[in-house]
Amino acid sequence: MTKTGINRDYSHTPAVDQVGVEERCARFATRSIKKETKVQGLKLILNMIDLTTLEGKDTEGKVKQMCYKATHLHDILPGLPNTAAVCVYPSMVKIAKEALKNTSVKVASVATAFPSGQSTREIKIADTKFAVDHGADEIDMVISRGEFLKGNYNFVLDEIATIKEACGKARLKVIFETGELSTLDNVRRASEIAIDAGADFIKTSTGKISPAATMPVTLVMLEAIRDHYYKTGVMIGMKPAGGISTAKAALHYLVMVKETLGTAWLSNEWFRFGASSLANDVLMQLMKEATGVYQSSDYFSKD
Amino acid sequence: MARIEVLKTYKIYIGGAFPRTESGRYYPLHDQAGKLIANVCLSSRKDFRNAVVSARGAFGGWSSRAAFNRSQILYRIAEMLESRKAQFIQELIQQGSTPKAAETEVNLSVDRLVYYAGWCDKYQQVFSAVNPVATAHFNFSVPEPMGVVSIIAAQETGLISLINAVASVIAGGNTCVVLASESKPLCAVTFAEVLNSSDVPGGVVNILTGKVSELYTHFANHMDVNATVYYGADDNVIKTIQELATLNVKRVFIHNEGNGSSVDAQIPYHILDTQEIKTTWHPIENIGASGGKY
Repeated sequence: MTKTGINRDYSHTPAVDQVGVEERCARFATRSIKKETKVQGLKLILNMIDLTTLEGKDTEGKVKQMCYKATHLHDILPGLPNTAAVCVYPSMVKIAKEALKNTSVKVASVATAFPSGQSTREIKIADTKFAVDHGADEIDMVISRGEFLKGNYNFVLDEIATIKEACGKARLKVIFETGELSTLDNVRRASEIAIDAGADFIKTSTGKISPAATMPVTLVMLEAIRDHYYKTGVMIGMKPAGGISTAKAALHYLVMVKETLGTAWLSNEWFRFGASSLANDVLMQLMKEATGVYQSSDYFSKD
Repeated sequence: MARIEVLKTYKIYIGGAFPRTESGRYYPLHDQAGKLIANVCLSSRKDFRNAVVSARGAFGGWSSRAAFNRSQILYRIAEMLESRKAQFIQELIQQGSTPKAAETEVNLSVDRLVYYAGWCDKYQQVFSAVNPVATAHFNFSVPEPMGVVSIIAAQETGLISLINAVASVIAGGNTCVVLASESKPLCAVTFAEVLNSSDVPGGVVNILTGKVSELYTHFANHMDVNATVYYGADDNVIKTIQELATLNVKRVFIHNEGNGSSVDAQIPYHILDTQEIKTTWHPIENIGASGGKY
């Protein structure tokens, strides 16, 4: 018996029409978003970003600097929002939390032996609790891809449910690392498992392996969210992460969310971008709209 | 049965690829008899933007190459051009040159490339200096490439002016976006094919075709362009370029007489145009001050 009491057979989740999905995604990229609409879209994107640094070389200084950036994206341009959150390793949660007190920016922490997830259940729980105890508002966990690919779906379900319990009040994002799941059918299956296990958000990738977030993968996950919503009325959030580095691509993602899930999802409560370099490209586009002149990265803070 | 003519589509050159202009616009090019030679891309500001992104991306690799290797690559361009001389001569004739003038221009172009190929690994020694200073410092100055250079090539000639403008800029480790002559664009596009087969990394030279009047403001105000070179004598254009360049204090070089076609136009100072001089103050022990000997 599993923790959730669910012991579903996940071997027959809906099959995905890959050609259809790719064609649909190609169409999202044809929407023309210009001028004021574009500016609104870009500001919304900034407000949906989980500004991320997940590197072995991260230091307190780097994290503090990023936290400052989260609340001061580009001070020369008035009226910019904050990012939704910053995303750091558990050891940096305390520093980020301190740096961001009295702001709207949440602190998200990866946990569960990120990015590989190759560890024991106890360690993953401890990792999660450590982050939550230090004040993380959100937890980004990775699933055990090895178990998933072996067909051990209920192991994955149980694992997510366990971590959800360890999260307490923190919202749980479940990372599939879709680049390792090989098929869209698997992505759909993982989505259903995570949603059943109590995920608040489902997330494409760690950003550590390529391909990370792609439009087809995101669409499949959005459709799983939509089907769940139709069935139960419960909203689940979505976070594509890794590989989205241009404002234009991010706008295409917004179009996809709007046309798949509707406007209710167009806020950082339900949709996030996991990115580090996206923010600067969006800022450069906003400055381009404001000044009429193409921008250079030389004039934007790096971190 | 008469064979159907196979006409070349003249496209632009961005990042080592030959896209059509994103705007989908074109202008017809006629020979002196009024016969249509080709439809040529009318590049837009977005093509320019894409080209600058490519040039910026290529800058790190190109500028950090060994000078000798850049020299080899420039020489390779000359070799490739030499082997396709006939095609360039024919295109110049199509665009109104006499056969003799066309041949002279192509020869001059090849020679110009060889000239700057030779300078690639020499200008740094010639223009560098060890400076005498009064403090305990080893003080030296070296030229370094500026970065991305936007170039508006001369209008009167189709090939030599383009090559003259580009060669000195890339010899010094810069990358560039160049707007070809509006009335004589064919050789520029064919030259892109030469570049493409000469081990020149994609993005080092990006070639656009179109109207100066539509593009010059963007060439001058793009924040990610470090220098603008203008070959022409239109006072309004010159004034506007100089004004817009102040946005990010980019360097501006105006060549309002001569289009680079004379042999005198080849001088190493053209390389120096798009170089910044970096001076280094390196603290040293004041040798000899203590009376010690080495």
